[in-house]
Amino acid sequence: MKLLRRIFPHPHLTFLLTLVWILLANKPSLNSLVFGLILGIIIPFITQPYWPDRPKLRNWPMVVEYMLVVLWDIVIANITVARIILFKRNADRQPNWVSIPLELRTPEAITVLAGTITMTPGTVSCDLSAQGHNLLVHCLDSPDPNAVRDQIKQRYERRLKEIFE
Amino acid sequence: MQLLFEILISFFLIVSGIFGFVGSFGMIKLKDPMSRLHAPTKATTLGVGGVLLASIFHSGLIEGQLSLHELLITLFLFLTAPITALFIAKWHIHRHEKPVDLPDAGEDELWATHAVEQVEDVPEHSAK
Repeated sequence: MKLLRRIFPHPHLTFLLTLVWILLANKPSLNSLVFGLILGIIIPFITQPYWPDRPKLRNWPMVVEYMLVVLWDIVIANITVARIILFKRNADRQPNWVSIPLELRTPEAITVLAGTITMTPGTVSCDLSAQGHNLLVHCLDSPDPNAVRDQIKQRYERRLKEIFE
Repeated sequence: MQLLFEILISFFLIVSGIFGFVGSFGMIKLKDPMSRLHAPTKATTLGVGGVLLASIFHSGLIEGQLSLHELLITLFLFLTAPITALFIAKWHIHRHEKPVDLPDAGEDELWATHAVEQVEDVPEHSAK
């Protein structure tokens, strides 16, 4: 068991790398599977010292739910933002900074949260506070910054907390 | 059936075209740099996503050969786009924003970009 852990320090990463390699080859064949596995074993093994305290994903159904929620929000937000850009006069638009106090402490979880905020149109994550306790977010049009903060905490942070912590 | 597939594929292509256009139009219409940063996020999500879905459907339904490496483009975009956006945003904060203009950073007092420099370093001409 210990030997297995030494050879496969990040089993999920091994799986992901193999999958990415097969997708890159774009034709499922034994060739690409074997070479993907070789890469999937070598890369986590070599990079292991650089990523010592990797977080454990605790809640796999929640990972799927999170991805679906984010995809849905991206579609909805795209439409909202398209309407703002096309039909709202610049003078009526209220761009705003929002500060979000973070409950997440895992660096990986904060990275995912910041990435999600940027990829959903209408909000861009801009900076972390000096010790990583707050996240600075810029909103394209937010008459009510508190609502944006609550929505991000409620929809994304709560789920990420269940996944990572 | 063929016609139905083609309508579906055209629908995704049109959606991606619209959002690609709105993304580029936003770059012209929005006047301040931070708001401009929002425009490309549309082009990279639904704009690219629509083309990729159309491509997947075209290869799967019309050519009869499933091709999924389009998903990787989405994966790599989701990994890289937030990082470039963060870099541009941090540059903007570094050169054009003073700590008093930003909201409260809570217990940490300063945002990370400002924490490494003295406030006086912000050049005069960039103050609004």
